[in-house]
Amino acid sequence: MTTPHRLELRDVSIRLGDTPLVELDAEIAPGEVLTVMGPSGAGKSTLLAFLAGFLAPEFVASGRILLDGRDLTALPAERRGLGLLFQDPLLFPHLSVAGNLRFGLPRAADDRAARVEQALAHIGLAGFGERDPATLSGGQQARVALMRLLLSAPCAVLLDEPFSKLDTHLRQAMRRLVFEHLREAGLPSLLVTHDREDAEAAGGRVIELSPGGR
Amino acid sequence: MMLRLAPALIVTLLVAPILAGLVMALLPAFGYLPALGGESLSLAPWRALAAQPGIGRSVAISFASGLIATALSLAVVLLYLAAASGSRLDRWIRRLVSPLLSIPHAAAAFGLAFLIAPTGLLARLASPALTGWERPPDLLIVQDPWGLSLIAGLVIKEVPFLLLMSLAALPQLDAERRVAMARSLGYRPAIAWLKVVAPALYPLIRLPVFAVIAYASSVVDVAMILGPTLPPTLAVSILTWFSDPDLDQRFLASAGAILQLGVTAAALFTWWGLERLMARLMKAWIARGERRRGEAGLRLAGRLPILLATGVAFAGLGGLAIYSVAGFWRFPDALPRSMTPDHWAQALPALGGPLASTALIALGSTLLAALLVLAALENEQRTGRTASKALWLLYLPLIVPQIAFLFGLVVVMEQLGTRPTHGLIVFGHLLFVLPYVFLSLSEAYRRIDPRWTRLALTLGASRNAVFWRVRLPMLLAPLLTACAVGLAVSIGQYLPTQLLGAGRVTTVTTEAVSLAAGGNRRVIGVWALVQACLPLAGFAIAIGLPKLLWSNRRGMQGAP
Repeated sequence: MTTPHRLELRDVSIRLGDTPLVELDAEIAPGEVLTVMGPSGAGKSTLLAFLAGFLAPEFVASGRILLDGRDLTALPAERRGLGLLFQDPLLFPHLSVAGNLRFGLPRAADDRAARVEQALAHIGLAGFGERDPATLSGGQQARVALMRLLLSAPCAVLLDEPFSKLDTHLRQAMRRLVFEHLREAGLPSLLVTHDREDAEAAGGRVIELSPGGR
Repeated sequence: MMLRLAPALIVTLLVAPILAGLVMALLPAFGYLPALGGESLSLAPWRALAAQPGIGRSVAISFASGLIATALSLAVVLLYLAAASGSRLDRWIRRLVSPLLSIPHAAAAFGLAFLIAPTGLLARLASPALTGWERPPDLLIVQDPWGLSLIAGLVIKEVPFLLLMSLAALPQLDAERRVAMARSLGYRPAIAWLKVVAPALYPLIRLPVFAVIAYASSVVDVAMILGPTLPPTLAVSILTWFSDPDLDQRFLASAGAILQLGVTAAALFTWWGLERLMARLMKAWIARGERRRGEAGLRLAGRLPILLATGVAFAGLGGLAIYSVAGFWRFPDALPRSMTPDHWAQALPALGGPLASTALIALGSTLLAALLVLAALENEQRTGRTASKALWLLYLPLIVPQIAFLFGLVVVMEQLGTRPTHGLIVFGHLLFVLPYVFLSLSEAYRRIDPRWTRLALTLGASRNAVFWRVRLPMLLAPLLTACAVGLAVSIGQYLPTQLLGAGRVTTVTTEAVSLAAGGNRRVIGVWALVQACLPLAGFAIAIGLPKLLWSNRRGMQGAP
């Protein structure tokens, strides 16, 4: 989490058959959050799927994804070093809270137990390690999911409407927590959302996608 | 990579033995089998077949019992789904359907026989008060010449099968909203279900229905227990000819096997005709817009038959249990005068070997099937391609009558000089275990949220780690259920064990069926009860183990 990273999207263009869906050319500096906005159907999720390496075969994409100048476009998802935060916390139901955090920790990391305990304390959940994730509140689950992402030491982060399913009062707090941590870790991040408040809280540049592509 | 090969391997394992078996039944049927001196093609086996006494009746019984048993089972299931959805009976039946399905055919058939025989439980309960019988009546109820008890035995076992298949297909149809819609237009619930859900459901369960027709028209073990004897059904006759010490009878048996193929094909073809007729009648009935008439009758028709079918199955098991411990038991007495552990004590020393064989073969074939199915499904996940086109091939071993290709397969094995071993039987059982394991696991595997995989990958887990650390633990419950189904299928197999083992490998099932001829009900009770309990043990583990492992994980409790 120490060395600053830079994410570049060079002439990215995604088409479905002959219909162009998304076109994007952008650079995201360390600690910066770039927001991509657009109504549903504008190709936001498709863009994220392309960046993370899960694009469905019916889409055709061109352009390059560069991380610190290194080309990721041809790499499989698990070797891109891009972390994902979903709408749902998606804590693995068969693992404990600590087990979920450990799942994110790289294998080579030393002192794993201590780092997990420290991470839990950091989000105000000290002593929750052995709990069943299903017994946590929505806000607690969201915090564990964020911490799991950070522990996996990604080089950049993709956020897929991560606040849309939270209650209004939780949403404010989570936005602050997430953006604070991302900035602190110096991670370049790409947020897709249809909520203008998300974009404002992110505080970075905003790119609007038009419905049905352009 | 191994995973890539899995789908092709599965198809080869299922199709190659069937094709080889059919060819090696077809050639001897026309007199060609050099090993037995049949050097040239001739019609002699067919002439011999036509000259068999009662062959016409055998064919007629096989054909008719297959069609009638299927039609009855399907009617019971559809009427039940129409009339009882959401009721208390419904919750009950849904819980009972898996254990019912796991009872081997032979055990269920014995149970039925013990209930309805002239000296059976029903006659005893009704005598002498209702019937006036002081001595067992001289009636041929079990093994009646019309095959009625055979049909009843088949219906008991095919109702849970078709019900489970329907319950698996229904979620795709959004049945509740369809019915709610029709009810808002004034249709009564059961009529609404039959008019708006049934026509959409039937295409989804058509292959299982065909499998039932094929099974019922060619079954051997149930027919040996409940079917007519003079003459027996075609499939039983074929087995008799095949087992004849006079090897020349094999030509006759081969011709019979091909005839059986034709009889089953004819039954399927007839069904197809009946389907079209029913479709027309349904269309007319739906178009008439009748909203209420017949509702009360439907409600009754939906509940009574299924209650009867499940009741008989469980009462039959109870009957087996009573007979297995019965001491002196005079005829009209409802219960034996004394209970004795003697039959169990006598059977125990003989049980060990067959039990071990049964377990070995069932575990071997189920493990192999589970590995292949997991590999195929995992490959599907990784490549993103579903092999839906090849799905009907899975049904091939269920739609081609066992007896038609197993002989040929035995001939192939004899030609190759393969000796009957447990391994060979495992391979034979795999033909029938694999489709069921695949059918019961694929739904759950394909339904798992793809985001779990994506999440795990972006957290740095490799493809293999995702399988071992995410997919496999999350799918433990359905995987164990699929394995329990596989075990149950293997444990219940009679014909593949008997034929591929050349009678030298005995399992609990072959032993129980061979006791049928002896007619000692107390010994049969012991063996059939053991046979019925084995698959139940598998289901108990499949349901219990995940509950135990995930007792502290609420998110894993609702898993199918």
